[in-house]
Formats: sequence, structure tokens, C-alpha cells
Amino acid sequence: MIHTRNLPFVAALAIFLLAYLACVLQFPNMLSTRVLGNLLTDNAFLGIAAVGMTFVILSGGIDLSIGSVIAFTSVFVASMVGSLGVNPIVAFAAVLAISTTFGASMGLMIRFLSIPPFVATLAGMFLARGAAYLISTQSVPISHPVIDAIQGFYFRFPGGGRLTAMAMLMLVVFVVGAFVAGRTRFGANVYALGGNPQSAELMGVPVGRTTIGIYALSGFLSGLAGIAYTLYTSSGYSLATVGVELDAIAAVVIGGTLLTGGAGLVAGTFVGILIQGLIQTYIVFDGSLSSWWTKIVIGILLFTFIVLQRAIVWYSDRRLAEGRLKEA
Amino acid sequence: MNTTHTLLDARGINKSFLGIAALENVDFSLRHGEVHALLGENGAGKSTLIKILTGVYNRDGGTMMLEGTEVAPATVAEAQDLGIGTVYQEVNLLENLTVAENLFLGRQPRRFGLVDKREMRRRARALLQDYGLDIDVDALLSSYSVAIRQIIAIARAVDLSGKVLVLDEPTASLDSHEVEMVFSVLRKLRDRGLGIIIITHFLNQVYDIADRVTVLRNGRMVGTREIAGLPRMELISMMLGRDLQHITRDHHALEETVAATSAPIRFAGYGKRGSIAPFDLDIHPGEVVGIAGLLGSGRTETAFLLFGIDRPDSGTAHIDGEAVKITSPEAAIAHGFGFCPEERKSDGIISEFSVSENIALALQARQGWARPVSARQKAELADEFIRSLDIRPPDPDRPIKFLSGGNQQKAILARWLATGPRLLILDEPTRGIDIGAHTEILRMIERLCADGMSLVVISSELEELTAVAHRVIVLADRRHVAELTGGAVTADNIMAAIADPARTEAA
Repeated sequence: MIHTRNLPFVAALAIFLLAYLACVLQFPNMLSTRVLGNLLTDNAFLGIAAVGMTFVILSGGIDLSIGSVIAFTSVFVASMVGSLGVNPIVAFAAVLAISTTFGASMGLMIRFLSIPPFVATLAGMFLARGAAYLISTQSVPISHPVIDAIQGFYFRFPGGGRLTAMAMLMLVVFVVGAFVAGRTRFGANVYALGGNPQSAELMGVPVGRTTIGIYALSGFLSGLAGIAYTLYTSSGYSLATVGVELDAIAAVVIGGTLLTGGAGLVAGTFVGILIQGLIQTYIVFDGSLSSWWTKIVIGILLFTFIVLQRAIVWYSDRRLAEGRLKEA
Repeated sequence: MNTTHTLLDARGINKSFLGIAALENVDFSLRHGEVHALLGENGAGKSTLIKILTGVYNRDGGTMMLEGTEVAPATVAEAQDLGIGTVYQEVNLLENLTVAENLFLGRQPRRFGLVDKREMRRRARALLQDYGLDIDVDALLSSYSVAIRQIIAIARAVDLSGKVLVLDEPTASLDSHEVEMVFSVLRKLRDRGLGIIIITHFLNQVYDIADRVTVLRNGRMVGTREIAGLPRMELISMMLGRDLQHITRDHHALEETVAATSAPIRFAGYGKRGSIAPFDLDIHPGEVVGIAGLLGSGRTETAFLLFGIDRPDSGTAHIDGEAVKITSPEAAIAHGFGFCPEERKSDGIISEFSVSENIALALQARQGWARPVSARQKAELADEFIRSLDIRPPDPDRPIKFLSGGNQQKAILARWLATGPRLLILDEPTRGIDIGAHTEILRMIERLCADGMSLVVISSELEELTAVAHRVIVLADRRHVAELTGGAVTADNIMAAIADPARTEAA
């Protein structure tokens, strides 16, 4: 049986499948592993970041710092490896430690200074972007045997498509993320926080630890997304990935997660990413459409899904009210 | 003998907030296998005591022994580990999770480090079977009634802690059948040897379920007594520290004055589909119209319609012979209506605002935003009402959230009185209010209608309605089924009308 709370996810999946079918009917070439492989690779960094955003939104929060942290990460890694000659693995470890600490400290502020997540992460957004500018305002190219090896690594699908290291990383993050959300106590606590923080606290959920964990996770995944982005573009640029946090929020909401928290699935966010990628791919295939159409379609989808969520909440409330009347 | 049976023993508990003492030298003991009621007026310190016992607050002084060992729970989780579990009245479980997830939040059974959902479901079903609940543990909590949620919360708390169960107003939003359902669960737990602490405002329920009672007043302990053999009046006087003054209304005398005038406020065929069937209602000046009925019978819906919160889809309203459209609270206020809602916390007060700002709100709304209420006017208003309604503490600048329920209610009343309304609608004006404030509010209702104001009072307490109302409209199944006037306004008649609307209509 499908829970009403998972209905938006089912709807998103149905929309994706229908849309893909429609695309394939118009452009039969879109049904290929090549398209699929590219779609995954092109959206790998966004997908990784969106997993972090899913946890944040499930808990009833928001993280606006994601795009800036990705830019900071990419500039930081590019400078370390490109200019200073540090081993990329060391640079990756260092930047993940930084971004995780950064996220955790935003969580600390949110929890212990009672600063709304919107404000705390807005400050984080400016801070990370500023730190990126501080390192370099130029695009920093990056080249290193290790990085070349990672970039060159892929599995070949039948049909010529490539599953690149970045796409694999994203898939792993989604699978692990889904397990953490659905099958661990931490995940259950995240849903509990999103439902009602006061109740959750009275039920013994370690609110402080969970909040900090959520934002630390989002920071870590932003750092990981930044690494994927660096590998994807072979460079670091502090002006890049402006507004990626908004794309991530869009993917999360289109994937059926309630923007007010408490209900949603990590798998839904994956569908949200696929839908966004599909729109972009369609526009490339069509050739005559402006790329702005991506934004317009995403905007329409967002509206649709928010209305759908309201309708589901309204419907289940009404059903509950009817149930009460029957009991009385 | 007592020592062997004592489960929890708190002595000389002290607690103050910002220098204001909330509890002074309070003793409290709980035995194995007893239900111990904790009573007191609003602001007496019941909640503070409970929160100290359950680790929400840390005590400033005193000792607390659990089965002979000194304990000092610093968090809710610590108290749970010690064996003290709590069920709160409002914030309870999580509606967005399933029943099983609620029962096992924070202690899910795990296999290989991952939550074992199958095992969790199995255990949840087994756990609830003990409580006579055979429900789908995979369904969202929000799909169940409040009574079932309350039992689930009890099941969780007992399973989690297992020695002491604390219930903070567990029956506030339940009907009598549901209360019995919860109480039978409590009796079973008591027989198992649990110590149960229950806070409630309903004296009937105290006599129904409790073995002993402890009364607090103004943060001090009045006494602990066995319920058996404790006369009700004595218990009430322990709570109030004064003899309860009865209010009775001379129905006949007031009926004459009311009948003499023609009604200036008339609603005819007023109704809204799916909410309340069309009804007629005339309201005379100086009249108190009571509205009685069970929960969900359309009481609040009637008030919402009268005050323009809901729009009617049939019927007309006349004021002083002129047809008017009351389609928004703003319009209702313009016609001189006022409304004190049932949900004080969510619909009534603005908790961050001070007492004087809360009082000035309706007057400001009525004047329009172009003519602000001056600071001096606000201060005068606040002073006047704090004095006349005896709002305590008498500090107009204190944020209203720090006031007790009864005093918040008085401030909301003051808000409407400041506008000089001709019709005031009170939805459960005494809900969650102690007996002292209760009497004061009822007396105030009398005084207001003596001044010529009309009142519509919605209440689930029949004695309250029979005490103040000249006329009682009885609702059932979202219809106005009967109207009782004068000498016919008795609790028995109201209950008969609720129970058997057809017969009363015929009579």
C-alpha cells in the first residue's frame, strides 16, 4: 500500500516516466545509454548536493550555502593541487574536513543561538563565497595524474554510454543517503525534527546533536559535490555554481519532499534530479529552444508539486475529520 | 510501612524563574501501584513540579529519591532511563510518523546497524495488544483519533520507562467515552504496580481514578490526602484556599426584561453546508445565550459563522432592523461584535506581545490602522482592565505568554471589552482555567449583561451554562435541535435534548 505521504514521490516518478516516454516518442535517440550516462554525469554534483539538501529540508530547515561551498571547494582544490602541487587526495580530505566543519558550525548556530536556518545559512553563503574570492577570482585550471585517472575512469554500458566516476559517486551517495534516511536512528530523528521539534525533544530525540549532524552532513556533501564539480570542469572558479542551492531545493521539492519538513524520500530527490536533467537534455535535442525553458519548466513543475502537496495535506485532513465524525 | 511502598519521594523542592519563585519547599511522594492526582489552580506550580520530576527543568533545591536512590535527571532522556515517562497534553507524538515509528523513536530495533522495520512493526503490534488496541501500526499517527493517540503515547511512555508514568491533562480534549477508554488503561497499569501521576482539572475524574491527591497553591504545597473519604468541598477549598461561592441565576426575573424588548440582532436561516445547518437566532440586549452540545456538534462552527470567520451560504443577518453582511471578522468587529476563541494559545493571544499590547489589539483593529492607539491610551486601558478584571501579575509590560491561562483569558476579555462591544461571543471561556478564575469569569459575564451587553456563551460544562444563560440553544449533529428558556434551563433538560433531539423538538 502506498502511504499518502509518499504520494508526491509516486507522482514525480510517474511524471518522469511519462515525460521520458514523450521525449523518446519525439526523439527516439533519447532512449540510449549514452543519453542516460551523460545525464547522470552532468548532474552528478547537483545530485550529491541535493542529497544533503534533502536531509536539511526533511528536518524542516534550509541550507542556502550549498552553491557557495561548492565554489569554495572547487577553487580550494584547484589552488592546492594546481598552484601548490599538493596531492589531490590530501586536498580532497582537507576540503571535506573544512566543509563539514563549516556545516556543523552553521548547525551549532541554528541550535544554540536559535538563529533561523534561513539566516544562518544565508550568512554561510556569503562567507563561503567570500572565502572563494579570497583564494582566487580567476578560473584556476587543474591537472594531476590522480585527477586524470579519476576523470578517465568509467564503466561502459552496452550501447556506448559511460558511467563515469562522478556518476558512480552520485549513485553511491544516493544509495547511502536513502539508507541513512530510511533505516538509521539518525534518519528517524531527522523526520521527527521535521514533524515537530518540540514533540521530538520531549520524546527524547537528541535535537542538538541531530541538528548539527544534519548541517554537517549537508556541508560534507556540498564539499563532495564541489570535488565532483572540480573533476567535471577540470578547474576551480569562484564565480561558478551561483544559485545551485536553489536547483537543489527544486529537485528536493519536485521529488516529493514536503518543504515544511517531516515527509519525503531521498529516492524522490533522485527523481527530481532526473526530471531536471531530462528537461535540459530535451532542450539540447530540440536545438531550437532557449535554455531558459529549463527554468520555466522547472518553475511550472515546482508550482504543480507545491499545489499537489497542499492538496494531499488537505485531503488527509479532511479524511481525518470525516473519520472523527463517524466515530462521534 | 510507607518506605517500602514509596516509589518516588521528592522533598523540599525549590525552583524559581528569574527570581520569581515557582515552587517553594514542595514535598511529593508516589507509591507503587497508585494513581496520584496533582491539583491546583493555574499557576500553582503543577507543571513546574512535573517538569522537574521528568528532567525538563533542573531543581534549584531539594532531594528526589527513586526507589531509595537519590536521582537528579538533567534531561528527558535521563528521566526515561531512570524509569520516569511522561505524556503531555498538547505536544505529544509526531503526526508525520507511523504508529510503529512513534512507539520506537530513538530505540528502534536494529540489525547490522540498520533499523529492522519488520521487527519494529512486530513489537509495536505486540505492545499495543497489551492495551487492547488492534490497529495498523504502519498507518500515520495522524489518521487516528486523539484518544487512540493518547493510549499510544501512554504505551510508549510505559514501555520506555516502566516505573513512573506522568500524565499532564491527558483527558482535556477527550469525550466521556474516550476518557473511560484511557482510564481503563490506567487502571490496568496501576494494577501492574506502576506509579501514575495525573494532572487534571476535572474533579469528577479525580474521584473516578485517583487514590491520593496532592494540592499545590501558589507554588506551595497545601497537602496530600487519600481520596477515599475526602469530601469534594474540602478538596475544592484546599485548591482555592477559600470557600467556593456559588453562582445561581434567577431565570424568571431576567426573562421578563428580555422578553419586553424586540431583538435588535437577528440571524435568520443562517447556515453553511457541511458546517452547520441553517438556524434562527435572535439576541436581545442584556441577554446571555448559551450554546450546548457535544464536541463536534457544531458549537464552534456556529460561533465562526456569527463572527464572520466562516461565510454563510444561506440566511440573512439583521442589526437594528437593517440587513447586514458579516463576511469577515473585520465586518463583525465594525458591527460591535467580539469573539474569544476556544484555542486561546493559537487563536487568541499573541504570546510575544505584552499584556497591554494584547489588550489594545481589538480597539486598534476597530479604529483602523490610520488612527493608532497612543501609548498613553494603551497604558490607561491596561491599567483599567488589570484592576477591574484582577489580572495577575498586575504588570502591563510583561509578555502575555508568562501569564497563567486564566489571566490570559482575562486579558483577551479585556481586549474585547475595550471596544465596548454590543455582542460578545465566548467559546469555552473557562476551558483550562482553575476554579477561582472560573468563578470570576462567570461573575464577570453576569456583570456585563447587567450593563446591557449581549453574550453568546459556548460551553461544554452544563452547570456553567445553567448558571449564567437565560436561554440555551442545544446542538447535535451540526444542527440546532432545541431551545430552552427560563426555568427549563437545567442540566437534565440539556442532556435530554442532546440525547434525544427528536423528542424535545416535538415537545
